[in-house]
Amino acid sequence: MASVCFYFQVHQPYRLRRYSVFDSDPYYFDEYKNAEIMRKVAGKCYLPANQLMLDLIRRHNGQFRISYSITGVTIDQFALYCPEVLDSFRRLADTGCVEFLAETFYHSLAFLYSRDEFREQVVSQAAKIQEVFGYQPSVFRNTELVYNNDLAHYVEGLGYRVILGEGADHVLGSRSPDYVYTPHGADHIRLLLKNYRLSDDIAFRFSNRQWKEWPLTAEKFAGWVNQVNGNGYIVNLFMDYETLGEHQWEDTGIFEFMRRLPDLVLEHPDNNFMTVSEAAGACEPVGTVDVPHMVSWADVERDLSAWLGNAMQSNALHEVYRLEKQVKDSGDPQVLHDWRRLQISDHFYYMCTKWFADGDVHKYFNPYESPYDSYINFMNVLDNLRQRLRR
Amino acid sequence: MRVLMLGWEFPPFISGGLGTACYGLTRAMSDDGVEVIFVLPHAVPSHYATHVRLVTPSAAAQPGSLRQVIAQTGLPSYRVDEMENVTFVPVPIAATPYDTEQTYAERLRQLAVVEELLEGQPAEVDDEVTSGAVCPAEGTMTGQYGRDLMTEIHRYAQLLMGLGPRLDFDLIHAHDWMTYPAALAVAGMTGKPLVVHVHSTEFDRSGERVNQRVYDIERAGMHGASQVIAVSNLTRNICVARYGVPPEKVTVVYNSVSMNGSPVQEGPVSFSRDERLVLFLGRITMQKGPEYFVAAAKKVLEKMQNVKFVMAGNGDMFRRVIELAADLGIGHRILFTGFLRGDDVEKVFRMADLFVMPSVSEPFGLVPLEAISQGVPVIISKQSGVSEVITHALKVDFWDINEMANKIIAVLRHAPLRETLKKHAHFEIRKFSWRDASRACLKVYERAKVTV
Repeated sequence: MASVCFYFQVHQPYRLRRYSVFDSDPYYFDEYKNAEIMRKVAGKCYLPANQLMLDLIRRHNGQFRISYSITGVTIDQFALYCPEVLDSFRRLADTGCVEFLAETFYHSLAFLYSRDEFREQVVSQAAKIQEVFGYQPSVFRNTELVYNNDLAHYVEGLGYRVILGEGADHVLGSRSPDYVYTPHGADHIRLLLKNYRLSDDIAFRFSNRQWKEWPLTAEKFAGWVNQVNGNGYIVNLFMDYETLGEHQWEDTGIFEFMRRLPDLVLEHPDNNFMTVSEAAGACEPVGTVDVPHMVSWADVERDLSAWLGNAMQSNALHEVYRLEKQVKDSGDPQVLHDWRRLQISDHFYYMCTKWFADGDVHKYFNPYESPYDSYINFMNVLDNLRQRLRR
Repeated sequence: MRVLMLGWEFPPFISGGLGTACYGLTRAMSDDGVEVIFVLPHAVPSHYATHVRLVTPSAAAQPGSLRQVIAQTGLPSYRVDEMENVTFVPVPIAATPYDTEQTYAERLRQLAVVEELLEGQPAEVDDEVTSGAVCPAEGTMTGQYGRDLMTEIHRYAQLLMGLGPRLDFDLIHAHDWMTYPAALAVAGMTGKPLVVHVHSTEFDRSGERVNQRVYDIERAGMHGASQVIAVSNLTRNICVARYGVPPEKVTVVYNSVSMNGSPVQEGPVSFSRDERLVLFLGRITMQKGPEYFVAAAKKVLEKMQNVKFVMAGNGDMFRRVIELAADLGIGHRILFTGFLRGDDVEKVFRMADLFVMPSVSEPFGLVPLEAISQGVPVIISKQSGVSEVITHALKVDFWDINEMANKIIAVLRHAPLRETLKKHAHFEIRKFSWRDASRACLKVYERAKVTV
């Protein structure tokens, strides 16, 4: 029995505008650029991919089932800049074959700095999902799959039944991600771990001609899924939704691949597709996984170094969370909303200096010329926020 | 492989990047076993040269060796311990690589005055150019020099035409425009391939108001050479676009920086440490953008008080920049040290919190690399060659003084930014080596030999 569990992450940050030390107005975000990028990605990814998923769901009469997590800031931006995307997600929800997860509304690292703020962001995300899709999510994933035992325990306390994590080698050892696990120290919350090999085959390697498995056909991939039979129960394919059309452009054949994959997977009578809740309930947990230190799904290291790898990132994060009490005491909703948008993890991702000289994936999506520019920009904005609090 | 190198300057008489680059490259070549006859237009007075050994013509030498070849010519020459494959042949040329007509004329006047004081009789500047003999002419010292810059350059060419056929070498390597007429002359006479090394162009030095005669010499050199070396893509693009050199003829060989490897020393400083220090180090001339530094300083001082700016260097805009600072009302916050050399340069780097290079057009830019090796974070102009090769530096358009001030303030305010820049940059510059530059030049030599 191999149950393929697709979970797609949907997120667009609020990018900052160029803000120098001489600027003093309280408008921090580049609305024009954010709108432009959102519409571009909607055209290349969200709309065609949603349509594809709808087609597949209808074609397979409920057998094709998938999951999404859409951050609150992304839902807000859909409403502002391209409401038709939100409509298409609602149509997906209406099929009954699609599950939506909970996470932090602002795609933040709040869990590392303030449990209270973290809880508030999770509650508002859940409320948003209720408002848009009509139900309370029961599965949780943290920003960029940042995970450890403490998180699992805390999230269980918030009432969630399932939590997602990265199936990194230093987490699983020789064990396989194709089973359900229990977090160490938790009572009944279930843990689903990403199968990073198969997930990254689609998300990263799909168009890489130097890869020995290129081209990745739906037949080949379905064959790999079949091999899980007898060696596991679930195939956790967790990835960014923008893989379909934005990270992997249409001309790589990614849409064709997705279109044909369900047919080929379902050819084998023991295979099926499941949402994350269903996958977590498909079998009993086979053991506990002990993750004392933070892991994530980012970069090769699968740790926090993408956001906390240098002194600038550490300083920026520290400074932004230091303002929590003042911000909340001020009672100013605009200040609160601005402060929360400054917690979006992307701001700190752009400050990463790992392999900066090699021009790697961090640089591709970076609106700044250098990580130093992003730090300077962020700190100038934070300074202005601090000044608003003093008044 | 034996190279006739027409270079400039020699420590401690370095007045800019050109001398540093010649020195670094020549030393690396010597380490790689390349023999170099280095024609040096400026005799080294013996009391400065503690690490210099004068070679007497009668010194025993292997037949056909570099030593013997030089010895046979009867030329005064010398060697230094750290470059065993290099023989320096000084020639009496009064021009220096950063000369303009005005600065050359001024120097001649000063030399005449000195001579008058020493000899006790008025000096004359000879209208005719000496020819043939390579030993300094008898009689007046100043008398032998050309009375203006162009004449001096052509006198250099004539000196070398006398010298060239008496030497044995495989190839000529000429650094910057003043050597081009001499190099072309020797190449023509001996039939050996010529490689010209473009460290700067008239467009870098003078903007759009180029001196036509200098431009013509530069162009003649680039076209007459078999191969052209440029110190950056910025410079290479100028050679192709403004001088009409075919792109396949121009190769980029980046300069390097020499580090002595010792860790950054903390020294005593006379400023209170609450005060930050922002450093400009370079010639105070249009090309280096000193007025943008002053304008940015003004903007910084509107936001921050505890910062001082230091401009270390001299040049034709020196007085004008001091007046500009005074006019802007920040004269008390900018210090002018004049030209620094040797230990003073290291000291000022140790005191600096930030180094800024706002160059209008910088073919390469060695000083920011030196600053980095001394543990100073840098802001560099995007219009520079060095910005092509370092990533852990803040970069800014030279005219964008708001952004320059923005970045200066950010570095001075935020220790994490300073430290991250310093650490990463210090590590990054390890990738530079004169060895690599020397080997790249040797590859260009191979191409030059084939082209001829």
